[in-house]
Amino acid sequence: MIRWLLWLLAGALLGGIVHLVAVLVLPRTATQDAYSRLTPIAPVNTVAAVPQPAPQGEVMPFMDPAFASAVCRYDLTEGPIKLSVPVSAAYTSVSFYTRRGVAYYAINDRSAGRRLIELELMTTDQRGRLPEEEDVTAADRLIVESPTSTGLIMLRALAPEPGLMPAARAVLNTATCRQQPMPAER
Amino acid sequence: MRLLLGSLFALLIAAAVGLGTTWLVLTRGTAFGAVPIGAWVAWPKTGTRDIDPYSRATFARTGELPVGSGDGVAFFARTDDNGRALDGRCDVRINGTTPQARFWTLTLYDPQGRLIGNSVDRQGFTSQEVVRRADGSFEIAVAPRTRPGNWLPTNGVDSFVLVLRLYDSPVGVATRAAREAPMPAVTVQSCP
Repeated sequence: MIRWLLWLLAGALLGGIVHLVAVLVLPRTATQDAYSRLTPIAPVNTVAAVPQPAPQGEVMPFMDPAFASAVCRYDLTEGPIKLSVPVSAAYTSVSFYTRRGVAYYAINDRSAGRRLIELELMTTDQRGRLPEEEDVTAADRLIVESPTSTGLIMLRALAPEPGLMPAARAVLNTATCRQQPMPAER
Repeated sequence: MRLLLGSLFALLIAAAVGLGTTWLVLTRGTAFGAVPIGAWVAWPKTGTRDIDPYSRATFARTGELPVGSGDGVAFFARTDDNGRALDGRCDVRINGTTPQARFWTLTLYDPQGRLIGNSVDRQGFTSQEVVRRADGSFEIAVAPRTRPGNWLPTNGVDSFVLVLRLYDSPVGVATRAAREAPMPAVTVQSCP
């Protein structure tokens, strides 16, 4: 009897380890995460419109139907990217996610403080290569560092009423996401 | 022989406990960093780099992208203020005000996060659409059949989730209590 109880205890302890490993490994093995869902509709390093969520289906669960959205699926291995998003009449936001869906940075039109949200996305290594004076003098140059070389940038524009949705989509259609030349090694 | 049987037994227990608890945690949601206010719960840290491993695993499984903390915060309600499950066949009232935010949206989903089709093609309200009282408060009737005023149709589904998203709002990682973020009351009124 005691022997079986000991085996039970050992099993439960091992179960705890299985649990922790499963939770930590799951994000790396997921095939239906946001990045995988967006890959078929989003070519790399360009802005692609994300279909509006509807009762007939949506790309991702829990999307806000009051927003028009577009995505730039980025890959920084060949060089940094430059993003420019015009601001819509109501509310516009730009959110950055890693390949595994961690939201590491987000900015909205008010914190950007102008009619155009313009920023550069690069890896820590690419930022380190920037000439120092360039880094310092560019006070209004917004640089975001990506913790991973691939990921997602979600561009979202609010349509406060359904009638304003075409305008919100039109604004996102003029957004651009372009690869820049790799900064030279210093 | 006994050793073999014993270790097999232990391995079975380990698999059952390990995978069972993982599945439970990923489908029921966790309490890590949760900010509960009345019927509403937000996980502001899921929109930051400090997201906990359980939420990461949950989002990897569902394919959801969390709202970034520089963008806004999402509050979820699966029950009313008294803990009664939200049933699409009942009349549910949302009444009160929202915390300070430049815009908010209220959306109705099924428990998997899909939108629910209905005859008037309405899945939610934005802060600009909702009809308010003179003092700025509002009331939304979530019901299967037409209601006067702000009517959010449920199409009679078994259960649903309400999501109130605040955009450009001071509410976020630092928010702790209802005093800082007055959320509207959710009440199940009558069920057939």
